[in-house]
Amino acid sequence: MDMEQEYIITVFSENKVGLLSQITTVFTCRNVNIESLTTSESALKGIHKFTIVVRTSPETVEKVVRQVEKKIDVLKTFVYRPDEVVQQEIALYKVTRSSSVEQLVRKHNVRILEIDTDYIVVEKTGHKSETQELFRLLQPYGVQQFVRSGTVAVIKSRRELLNEYLEELEKMRQNQEQTLQAI
Amino acid sequence: MNTSTTDAQQAVCEPMMTGSQALLESFLIEGVDTLFGYPGGAIIPVYDALYDYRDRLRHILVRHEQGAVHAAQGYARVSGRVGVCMVTSGPGATNTVTGLADALMDSTPLVLITGQVGSELLGTDAFQETNFVGITQAVTKWNCQVKRTEDIPAAIAKAFYVARSGRPGPVVVDITKDAQCGVAPFRYEKIVSIRSYVPVPQPDPKSIEEAVRLIDEAQRPLVMVGQGVILGNAEAELKSFLEKSGMPVASTLLGLSAVPTDSPQYVGMLGMHGNYGPNIKNRECDLLIAVGMRFDDRVTGNPAHFGENAKVIHLEIDPAEIGKIIPADVPVAGDVRETLPLLTQRIRSREHRAWTAEFRDCDRIERERVFRPALHPAGGRIHMGEAVDAVARAYGNDAVVVTDVGQQQMFAARYFGFRRTRSLVTSGGLGTMGFGLPAAIGAKLGAPDREVVLFVGDGGLQMTIQELGTIYQSQVPVKIVLLNNSFLGMVRQWQELFYDSRYSFTELVNPDFGLIARANGIGYRRIEAREELAAAVAEMKAAKGAYLLEVCAESQENVFPMVPAGAPVAEIRLE
Ligand SMILES: Cc1ncc(C[n+]2csc(CCOP(=O)(O)OP(=O)(O)O)c2C)c(N)n1
Ligand SMILES: [Mg+2]
Repeated sequence: MDMEQEYIITVFSENKVGLLSQITTVFTCRNVNIESLTTSESALKGIHKFTIVVRTSPETVEKVVRQVEKKIDVLKTFVYRPDEVVQQEIALYKVTRSSSVEQLVRKHNVRILEIDTDYIVVEKTGHKSETQELFRLLQPYGVQQFVRSGTVAVIKSRRELLNEYLEELEKMRQNQEQTLQAI
Repeated sequence: MNTSTTDAQQAVCEPMMTGSQALLESFLIEGVDTLFGYPGGAIIPVYDALYDYRDRLRHILVRHEQGAVHAAQGYARVSGRVGVCMVTSGPGATNTVTGLADALMDSTPLVLITGQVGSELLGTDAFQETNFVGITQAVTKWNCQVKRTEDIPAAIAKAFYVARSGRPGPVVVDITKDAQCGVAPFRYEKIVSIRSYVPVPQPDPKSIEEAVRLIDEAQRPLVMVGQGVILGNAEAELKSFLEKSGMPVASTLLGLSAVPTDSPQYVGMLGMHGNYGPNIKNRECDLLIAVGMRFDDRVTGNPAHFGENAKVIHLEIDPAEIGKIIPADVPVAGDVRETLPLLTQRIRSREHRAWTAEFRDCDRIERERVFRPALHPAGGRIHMGEAVDAVARAYGNDAVVVTDVGQQQMFAARYFGFRRTRSLVTSGGLGTMGFGLPAAIGAKLGAPDREVVLFVGDGGLQMTIQELGTIYQSQVPVKIVLLNNSFLGMVRQWQELFYDSRYSFTELVNPDFGLIARANGIGYRRIEAREELAAAVAEMKAAKGAYLLEVCAESQENVFPMVPAGAPVAEIRLE
């Protein structure tokens, strides 16, 4: 068996109802657990972006991604290792108020979102390990609520792969039309 | 003033019509001539419109919606056209799910229109509402719901394009009742591409070079043909490739008839109940060329041992299939009709006489140990192979053979022998009992000039036996050979071989099939003695209308050869 590794998968798609469940089903069918998932508009108008983090083997990730790409409304899928992207998660903590808590959070480069007489709400953005670490440190003081978002990631590479792909598609289509006309 | 002329112009090129009419007009533009369906509340508006289209659209009223889908599959498989069906919401729609799953597995182009409750009722558990788009996500190539009349033409155009392009498959369009009833200008634009969908990938030129090199070097190659050749209409391209390469060729179940059975290079069927040669020699091959097939586990047995000494070239239109089961040393993505000639042009002309002769030695062993007892049994009841052989002789191996699932399916596939492409319609990937009878109806309607013979078991016939009513009403002259062994034979075989002959609920106490046939106005004869076989088959063939020939078959017969499930194919057993 291959070693499981972390992969960040970005899926670009048309904005179609029900696509999210179609995509997640591909992972669940093959018994790949999704660690986190976020969806949003991409930089290109009308194109949706899913960011999916999984831990699995290199073979499985490749097979799963091809099945995702097979969906008619999926434009393109890219797979990255963690070192190829800049990734962040955001975490919110609601903690019982005390002077020691305030000192602790100041040291940890967080934003204070709300201060009440009983509690404070703070935000930390960073890698999962960092938000997890802060959670561990805060726990002795009483964390009333804790929530963390999925990973969002941008690629470090200078090349904008999706744009290149769309241009390639457009060229292919023009070629096809020319051959059709030639016939 | 100006506006009124534009309105008038628009009325000429974009006539106002209801969503139901728009649907039927769209069908006509897509070249549809036959629909299989069953009406109900949520699709009544379409059926009402259809009343005025009866001269242009033939509608076959089935007896169960599963039958509509299988019939459309039979129609599509023999004709290469998109099969079309139409059913109501709720139970009508859910009855089609088995057919959709079958069509997805076997890459059959289908468009299914389902009625849906009015859009204002969606999500309220209205009468006969089901979330059909949700239900069919896993069993369609694509699906969508249409809630506005003006969106119907574009949805239908996309549905047909997706169903027939690339690797074909079933598509569902779920149309709310208010969209069927609303009125909108009709404009139809055929779809030729979709941004997010690449139906036919292009091969990497390097992989063509690499494939050519492997082909030219191979000493013990085997070509393995799947349904992709038939779906891609690439039979002639395959023939040229085979002639120049000189290689032996085997077929998957669904690839059967793409290469004539008597072709000198043809060495038989792959897989669990395939021929001896292509299985036993799997280990000896140094090159496997897979052409439009997907390495189903019934073909590969234990995939870890499949072609363990061979390089693999995989020609395939669906990139997700390449490397899914068997790693491809050289993937050749694309439509085999385009990629095969790229290879043929470049390879050396060769003969593989000695190597092919080794397969012929295997044939001799199989003939002696399997064919002989199957086709000329020492006595007892008629064996299935004998019956298939008698039918094949009577038809000169030239008929569309439709099968159900089970032992009779494997005997038909093994012993009929095919001359022409698109001559076998069978449920391969899903193995759906009940597929045969409705598929035979569709096959006859899709290929009216050909004779259609169905081989069906006593179990499978009773799963969709109500379609005899469709045959009666629509006068479809299919010939049905019921191989009645009073058992769920294929399961009985597994119980005998792997479960200590504990025949747990596989014996069938059957009704009088003669009464059922006669009740449906169908010619009928039942035979027990092998002496009667030839004459009975001749009578069936000569009958003008539909005919049911019941053959009382040996109940303890097994299909051999057999690769035990999960074993390497080279461990194939002859008896
Ligand atoms: C819908 C469905 N249910 C169950 C099965 C499992 N199954 C496969 S073959 C078979 C026996 C078929 O019996 P019959 O139709 O009499 O054909 P025979 O094998 O006897 O030729 C069964 C039950 C199936 N393939 N499809
Ligand atoms: Mg039976």
